[in-house]
Amino acid sequence: MSESEHKVDLNSYIRRCGLVLLAIVCTTSLMIYASFLPHFGWPAKVTMILAIAAVNAFVVASFLMHLLSEKKMVFTVLAFTVCFFIGLMGLTLWAMQDFPTGTATH
Amino acid sequence: MDIPYTVENRPDTGIYNAKLGIWLFLASEVMLFGGLFSAYILLRVGADPGMWPHGWLDVRLGTINTLLLALSAITTLLAWAACKVRDFGKFKFFHACTILLALAFLGIKSYEYHDKWIHYEIQLANGKFADGHLVEKSADFDLAKKTGTFTIHGRIVDNRKELMDLRSPEARSAKLEEHIIAAADIKKMENYGPKHNTFTAIYFTLTGLHALHILGGTLVIFYLWAFGGTLWQRDPERFTNRIEVSGLFWHFVDLVWIFLFPVLYLT
Repeated sequence: MSESEHKVDLNSYIRRCGLVLLAIVCTTSLMIYASFLPHFGWPAKVTMILAIAAVNAFVVASFLMHLLSEKKMVFTVLAFTVCFFIGLMGLTLWAMQDFPTGTATH
Repeated sequence: MDIPYTVENRPDTGIYNAKLGIWLFLASEVMLFGGLFSAYILLRVGADPGMWPHGWLDVRLGTINTLLLALSAITTLLAWAACKVRDFGKFKFFHACTILLALAFLGIKSYEYHDKWIHYEIQLANGKFADGHLVEKSADFDLAKKTGTFTIHGRIVDNRKELMDLRSPEARSAKLEEHIIAAADIKKMENYGPKHNTFTAIYFTLTGLHALHILGGTLVIFYLWAFGGTLWQRDPERFTNRIEVSGLFWHFVDLVWIFLFPVLYLT
């Protein structure tokens, strides 16, 4: 919240928060709707739902956490986090079919 | 000696120390939850075909909790904004709302846990499966001695796979009714607790850890709400920074739930 150095108008914040809440309600409703869509398999549904969840997360991080106006140091910390997180998930995917010899799979 | 950079920004980082500290802490939290999410992926992809549960959790309760948490994130931000305009009364109001919303979230979560605890899957001696919520257990019920009866409200199916997808047309049209099952007819039974299968194990682990974060955050927010007046009188800017740091943690907890809800309830 780097806006700590700036002047804050409480009424404008309340209006902004109303819009953010509306966005969260819309994205949540969309996720639920997508999960009940017929004619789609689970892989397609999961992709759609996670994409909507990412938009929801972006709204929270950028507006409620004021990430859009943060300082360079915070972005540096986040950049390292993203790299390690991608590494973590990458290792998981890499190891997906890596069964030790002699173990039963299915 | 005063603690440096509690209010003014450090020249080298550009932010005050507590803020850098909370962002580093949140980075470690991302890795903690990331590890559990990767465990979820491995368990889900490794499950036998048709054996990963769908629709086991109540979407209505998950949606209410999502909205409660979103609303609490907003009241946290407004509490900080009230501090910035030096309105302590409004700060108290908004943070009281945050605490109440957090307690409501935990209340609903407890109800969901209890619901899983009284939900049983019973393997019958004739090879069928009974599944439902406990209604009554006779006083003399003893599975080892094979005495007494166990009453559930649910259904009996031929194949265990039929219990996995509760969103399937068959499951949605299934008629639930009371079944009185004699202990002598029970081969094996267990509730939907963490040891039931890999889904319930990762569900309780992820949501339990998240609920602990909610509890911890609520305690910190309550402390600032109840005992922050002294610091507010002495150094309002420093107090405001504490509200900002606790708010960043709270928003992170909301972010985690934004992914937990679809992953566990909707997919």
